[in-house]
Amino acid sequence: MRNQFRQLIRSGKFMTGFIIFNALVLLTIFYPIFNPGNPLAMIGFDSFIPPGTYFSLYDSVNPNIHVYTLRIPGADEARIQSLLPMDEREAMGEWLIREGVPKEQINIEDFTGLLELWFAHYNPDIRIDGMTIADRRFYQRLNAKVEGIFDIVDIHLYTYNNETEEYEFQAAISSEDYIRLRDVVNIVRLPLGTDNFGMDMMRKLVSAIGTSLLIGLIAGSIATVIGLILGLVAGYVGGIIDEIIMFFSNLFTVIPGFVLLILISYSIGQAGRSVTVIGIVIGLTAWVWTTRSVRSQVLSLRHRDHVSLSKLSGHSMPRIIIKDILPYIASYVVMAFILQISTAILAEAGLSMLGLGPRTTDVATLGLMMNWAMVYSAHLTGAWWAYYPVLLVIALISFSLNLMNTGLDQVFNPQLRN
Amino acid sequence: MSSKKEVCLSGTGVTKVFGFGSKKTVAVNNIDFQFHSGELVSIVGESGSGKTTLIKMLLGLTSVTNGDIFFMGEKRDISSHRKKKEYWKGIQAIFQDPFSSYNIFSKIDSVLLDCIHMRGGRRLPREKKLKMMREACSFVNLKFDEMTNKYPFELSGGQMQRLMIARIFLLKPKILLADEPTSMIDACSRATILDMLLKLRDEINMMIIFITHDMGLAYYVSDTVYIMEKGKFVEHGNADEVVLAPKADYTKKLLSDVPKIHEPWDFRKSGKS
Repeated sequence: MRNQFRQLIRSGKFMTGFIIFNALVLLTIFYPIFNPGNPLAMIGFDSFIPPGTYFSLYDSVNPNIHVYTLRIPGADEARIQSLLPMDEREAMGEWLIREGVPKEQINIEDFTGLLELWFAHYNPDIRIDGMTIADRRFYQRLNAKVEGIFDIVDIHLYTYNNETEEYEFQAAISSEDYIRLRDVVNIVRLPLGTDNFGMDMMRKLVSAIGTSLLIGLIAGSIATVIGLILGLVAGYVGGIIDEIIMFFSNLFTVIPGFVLLILISYSIGQAGRSVTVIGIVIGLTAWVWTTRSVRSQVLSLRHRDHVSLSKLSGHSMPRIIIKDILPYIASYVVMAFILQISTAILAEAGLSMLGLGPRTTDVATLGLMMNWAMVYSAHLTGAWWAYYPVLLVIALISFSLNLMNTGLDQVFNPQLRN
Repeated sequence: MSSKKEVCLSGTGVTKVFGFGSKKTVAVNNIDFQFHSGELVSIVGESGSGKTTLIKMLLGLTSVTNGDIFFMGEKRDISSHRKKKEYWKGIQAIFQDPFSSYNIFSKIDSVLLDCIHMRGGRRLPREKKLKMMREACSFVNLKFDEMTNKYPFELSGGQMQRLMIARIFLLKPKILLADEPTSMIDACSRATILDMLLKLRDEINMMIIFITHDMGLAYYVSDTVYIMEKGKFVEHGNADEVVLAPKADYTKKLLSDVPKIHEPWDFRKSGKS
């Protein structure tokens, strides 16, 4: 036993899976401790806020924050460049091409070159064939913006005085004024942005991993316990009991499990679908394969000499099953259990994708997050943070559990041992 | 051996069929036998002749398709667990492969303790149990103090098989079914094991049914020999009669297959006849 344990530690596959899986479990334990808060709190009024660090604009003009003057080379240039976004530069390039400037000369990446060309060629009075009045107006506005781009002026802050009903001058913010980010009172870090409800994706994701693992554990345990008991009884007792159990397991094999799952979840109704109920439902539809494989293992074990000897020593059937058969298939059952967890997590994700998972208002699960990202077309609006991290986590859980299973198999299955 | 001895195990029309329809296999085909108490019976036959199936039926580990088995003159009744347990107090077995006869997860002490418990010694004080186990081990030339608290894989094949005999010593059954107990053991230990079996037989006066495919071995140990071919007894009788004056072709073939040290092995003779 100790030897096999040592082999497990040395098995690269098992340890990789074990480390990934435990990293995820530790994340669900420690992240909420360092970042407490309700994972379902709607903090954002916009949907799909991109990942990043956000600080309060209001607090950053607080007169109590010390303002430092820094002269950073290239600061002005960066600011000006940020004022002229790419789509406007493209529009400028398009105008220049229509005007007759050779295409090779125009490079919208080269900011100064583009501006030089623009000032040399642009004339608001020129009428280009095929250009609508709206387009001409657009270019005139763009020209005004481009011409004003170099005028760096201070921003003046006024506050409204309720008594005198007048605006009072507070401060002038120059382009060289800097404040320390630490001095801003309200900073929000959104490592994965927010979802369509404006919930912090990272916090929600961590909570969802926990929920999905719980569902996996409930479903996996139920499926393994049912499968193990039925498999042991069918394999050891045999006869008519075996026939009955195999009849039901064949019945469940023929009906696709997922269809059964959908029908049961649907008939339970939205109000009844809690995490536990979903876990139990998944567990109740997933025991078939464990039963079949445990049964076949027991069938090969029950005629072994040590079982015969145990019978001859007058042991009762439950004792023989527990002491002479169960230890021999224990490693196999652990493997089946791991696979059941993995399957149950995937089943939950699939079920929730169809909107048949646990209630959204109660908990976050990986499947529900995918479902809402799909409903709010995150994949079309480019909000990758709403579904890629979830996909990655589902893949990692499934991958790590399967890796652990393969590692265990190599250690405990003598035919694969090298 | 006189035929006056009482019949302790007999059977009439014992049949075992596996499967049905086109997959039907008759492993044991309508056989009759009478084993007398105190005698050593050998059942000889090649692999697949149904020896082990017969043993399993005699032990009550496999159901009998047809026919009756009589134990101590009465029709055997093993319909409940309690009755089976009672039956197994009188009939025990040693299996072919000592390596698979043990549960690899429990210590070997438990094997011997189970025997004491089966003989109704569950309530005995610990010292008494240890004394019985020590006695059983010394009977088979094993040191109990070296055996205790060990797992089966720490023992050699010979030690394992001797421990199985120690188990029988503790159980003291009326009948012992030995299913090729020496075939998985090296030649040196083989003689020791056989001697111990014979010694045990004299000690507690039990009947031994010895299963083997080795005609020479059967002749060496047994009083009565049964020859089994394809689920049937083709010949049976006194060991001398059967071996020295075989009647059935199959017996002659089995006899010719016994290797002789001073003669070259004739493959033509031992081939399919």
